[in-house]
Amino acid sequence: MKAAPFDYVRAESTMHALGLLAEHGGDAKLLAGGQSLVPMMAMRLARPALLVDIHRLTDLKSIFIEAGRITLGAGVRQCEIEVKSELDSSVPLVRQALRWVGHSQTRNRGTLGGSLVHADPSAELPLATLVLGATMRLHSQTGGERRVNASDFFLGPMFTAVSESECLVTVDYPVWQGGRIGSAFDETAIRHGDFAMASAACQLQLDAQGVCRRASFGLGGVSGTPLSFPGLAQRLEGERISAALVAEVAHAAARESDPGSDMHAGAEYRRHLAAVLLSRVLLQAANDALAAH
Amino acid sequence: MPPSLKTVEIKVNGIVRPRAVEPRTTLVDFLRDELGLTGTHVGCEHGVCGACSVLLDGQPVRSCCMFAVQADGLSVTTVEGLAPERGQLSKIQDSFCEKHALQCGYCTPGMLIACHALVAAHPHPSEAQIREAISGNLCRCTGYQQIVDAVQHATATEGAEGG
Repeated sequence: MKAAPFDYVRAESTMHALGLLAEHGGDAKLLAGGQSLVPMMAMRLARPALLVDIHRLTDLKSIFIEAGRITLGAGVRQCEIEVKSELDSSVPLVRQALRWVGHSQTRNRGTLGGSLVHADPSAELPLATLVLGATMRLHSQTGGERRVNASDFFLGPMFTAVSESECLVTVDYPVWQGGRIGSAFDETAIRHGDFAMASAACQLQLDAQGVCRRASFGLGGVSGTPLSFPGLAQRLEGERISAALVAEVAHAAARESDPGSDMHAGAEYRRHLAAVLLSRVLLQAANDALAAH
Repeated sequence: MPPSLKTVEIKVNGIVRPRAVEPRTTLVDFLRDELGLTGTHVGCEHGVCGACSVLLDGQPVRSCCMFAVQADGLSVTTVEGLAPERGQLSKIQDSFCEKHALQCGYCTPGMLIACHALVAAHPHPSEAQIREAISGNLCRCTGYQQIVDAVQHATATEGAEGG
């Protein structure tokens, strides 16, 4: 349970880190909070020859809150987002998801970007980021900036669109305009803070008559990546959110999922959880939207 | 060829400790093997059990999930640094004894770190806050009730000065 030998450089700037990535390619790995990478190295599932520490780079820790967009630096620690109550008026789903992430010991080190690029299929921040339709900005020394939408970012278990020479620098969360917007996040895990057996997230908008005008929702832990369901979301639009409609949509989404089995939960049980949790968050988000102004 | 050693200066329990370490040395191995501070326990070594918790610049972290090189220039408090004076116990440590909040003692240093961090932020925590604070720490013998009792006992009376 000890990591294989490696060399270590603390990057002095993002450019410095990108230069090292360009030079060392797949032998190098960026190290931020290390809450996913260090355990993987301890178990020898990862054996990078060089770790480039980017945890102290202040240019990765910026937080911009604008009218139409929230931009969070990839290096912002989860414990810092946890206390950013300003986010609740624009992208409340981020902090709703964060309530389920790890424990204080891990959130004090773990970063937003670290969770996204690690891309554990059951992780909460990737699911929330997908449901919100965020855009990732990736930098590399030769390619400059590349923008990837969340729907094209998560490619498989622990596998994203980030290439060996790229660094995720910021995440742009679009802010929905208008009132009556609600959101909710729910999950089932063996113990609070553990990996989810299944999770569900939703954001939706109602009009003054209580008719759904816009919806986005997704499931975590039931496929190789977090899943969103833009096609099914359209079924909610123009409709009143009823228990029957929600159950129909949630079961359709669960049927599209492809959960695995392990010692904690079988595939059928995870699919069942997916439908139950998704029904729950759709109703919660609708109630939240009704209560909102 | 093994990677070269890195020089680090980590302040541990108030004393700066310069050392040369292999990059792959975890912070917990640094504390135990380099400094002889064996109060911090090594449990799972992959971030599940919480036995290795220490305070890093005042915040609880898992010292098995970071390398000592990452703590260069930072300040670490271990269980050995929680008491106000040598030969004394902190109020929470004393309450752990009073309420039988430990049996085999393996989880105890991590539990104490988690509880001290909680009380530093919330001098009079609710039961829910206590349970949330220790949720990342596994105990396999006493269960958790006595630990919750101990924190409530330590924080119920006249504040929690010194934690």
